[in-house]
Amino acid sequence: MWLAALLNPPLKAWQRATGTGGMAAFFLAPNMAIFGVFVLIPLVMNFFYSMTSGSAYFLADRTFVGLEQYGRLLDCGNYLDPGTCREDLFWKAAQNTAIFVFFQVSLMTLTAMITALILNRKIAGRGFWRAVFFFPVLLSPVVVGLIWRWILQRQGLLNYVLYTFGADTHDWLTERLPAFTAAVSVSVWAHMGFFTLILLAGLQAIPRDLYEAAEMDGTKPARVFWRITLPLLMPNLLVVIVLSLIRAVQIFDEVYVLTGGGPGTSTMYLTQYIYEVGFASLLRNPGLAAAASIMMGLVLVVLTLVQLGLGRRNEQKGARE
Amino acid sequence: MSAVSKFLFRRRGGNGWHWTDIVTWVWLIGGLIIMFGPALWLVFSSFKSPAQLAEFPPTILPYVSQQAEVEGYDKPLNLYDVTLPDGSTRVLAEVRRIGIVAQMVDPADPGEIIKVNIAERTPVREIGFATENYVTPLESNDFLLYLRNSVFVTLMATLITLITNSMAAFALSKYKFRGRDAVLMLIVGTLMVPLSVLLVPLYSVVSAVGLYNSLWGVILPTVATPTGVFLLRQYMLTIPDELLDAARMDNASEWQIYWRIVLPLAAPALAVLAIFSVVWRWNDFLWPLVVLSSKEVYTLQVGLNTYAGELNVQWHYILAMTVVTMIPVVLVFVFLQRFITSGIAGSGLK
Repeated sequence: MWLAALLNPPLKAWQRATGTGGMAAFFLAPNMAIFGVFVLIPLVMNFFYSMTSGSAYFLADRTFVGLEQYGRLLDCGNYLDPGTCREDLFWKAAQNTAIFVFFQVSLMTLTAMITALILNRKIAGRGFWRAVFFFPVLLSPVVVGLIWRWILQRQGLLNYVLYTFGADTHDWLTERLPAFTAAVSVSVWAHMGFFTLILLAGLQAIPRDLYEAAEMDGTKPARVFWRITLPLLMPNLLVVIVLSLIRAVQIFDEVYVLTGGGPGTSTMYLTQYIYEVGFASLLRNPGLAAAASIMMGLVLVVLTLVQLGLGRRNEQKGARE
Repeated sequence: MSAVSKFLFRRRGGNGWHWTDIVTWVWLIGGLIIMFGPALWLVFSSFKSPAQLAEFPPTILPYVSQQAEVEGYDKPLNLYDVTLPDGSTRVLAEVRRIGIVAQMVDPADPGEIIKVNIAERTPVREIGFATENYVTPLESNDFLLYLRNSVFVTLMATLITLITNSMAAFALSKYKFRGRDAVLMLIVGTLMVPLSVLLVPLYSVVSAVGLYNSLWGVILPTVATPTGVFLLRQYMLTIPDELLDAARMDNASEWQIYWRIVLPLAAPALAVLAIFSVVWRWNDFLWPLVVLSSKEVYTLQVGLNTYAGELNVQWHYILAMTVVTMIPVVLVFVFLQRFITSGIAGSGLK
């Protein structure tokens, strides 16, 4: 507070000199400076990077190669078979990401939907139950990854439970299908609570009298769900699907900690590819990483535009109501 | 008792259980186990000794072998329940083991060595917490350093986020100037660019300004968050302009208006952003992983991952450190969860 008071006299002088217009510039300046240096400039630089080659990090030390990096990424015999591509790892990661996104978003939407419907019922301690499903959202991805690595490892809890019931035990994270299933389930576990809340807010905004009217007409619950709940929840549901798509495309942290991308490359996703090609591998290639990130960015921009469009439509609908 | 069960099992309509009631409770109880269980399992496990962690099947509670001081031996010896050839059982202390034969003594009569097949004995155990899992990394390892780095990053980033974002939001909500909508569009537009897309150029910008391998290199790129500016601006739009005009009549400067009137009135929105910023920055992983290269500046998340990534995974330390890493977030959860959940549901934030 004293610091703010101390700043007042010089700022008052500034205000007298430049008027309120100058003050607007002053208030914007700190944020815009940081924003400019650490978001806008990198954003523009990324395009230049994607058109250079070499392993140097400074743009000045790099050679301009035009669209060669994109050509390299797109050089593919058959796009559905990563083995035929020049950058097979990129296509493997892209394919993995697509499969991951499909299963993760489906499972996430389904479980979040069921949970939201259940939390919307008249149950005792609703606040508590809501908190239960929200809890993992706050955990860090590293903690999430480590918790589940600990549970899924050879001497872990899951194997113990299976062993108790006499089922076969496995080294879950070193086998392809189980590792993929774990990546999907763990990321659903970690993020589902967030989407449940959005759906729950949507459910609670549906007018009660619609349900009362349906009850008076003796409508069956299933019909009420398909004819009232689902259509009215659709805007929220779409937002949930698109938002979870955006997040799933960028998946990295929790899966990286959980499986490290393995076994082999079976749980290696695009962000990890960019990280490894750009920084972690010995044959690093920042230009290639930048080109790959722009290709991923394009997908994300399209998805975000869809989401913003949906949001705007909802707002307009809300304004009309 | 019946009141409690009535409360707990309140259900739709009159008597009898509707199938949806069963689904509801199965889902809720299952959710409770699946959502909290793994974290609890981690906490229990973090108190186990390395030997016990390697055990299968695992036990829920941590146990330690009971030991006894035996005359004539320097170290305390582990105690075992032993079934002797004549069928009787005794508690013996193990002196040493050769192959499948253990040489044991009776603690009360240490003179005589008794040879026992190791299949004939089970360790005597009691519940005990291996607190050294926590103490050792905190004392000798870099863990305290990581903790300090993480706290520094989180507090600084949150502070700067609140100051710069609120100033920008104030300008964007309370002034009309040319290019305001353009600035707003620019900020909202970058909502769609995740950091993972900017890794390479951001890395080179951060190195160019000399912040590579420094905590400020972790802090600065994250503080101009579009989400924060947007959230605060929407909130400040609801503060009536008349209030500001009245202050101007009283000869208040624009700066005074900002920190004396607008900031206090925007406190609820600032609080929401502060909580989010703390959780985000505390949990950050990918960016610190890229920008930090030496151990002295690692944050907790990066430090933890390197421990877990090493070939010889020392689970007893990792588990304990993971629990410590969880503490601030669990505190936020316990005290502020209501606040956060309504904030998310209202704004679609994060």
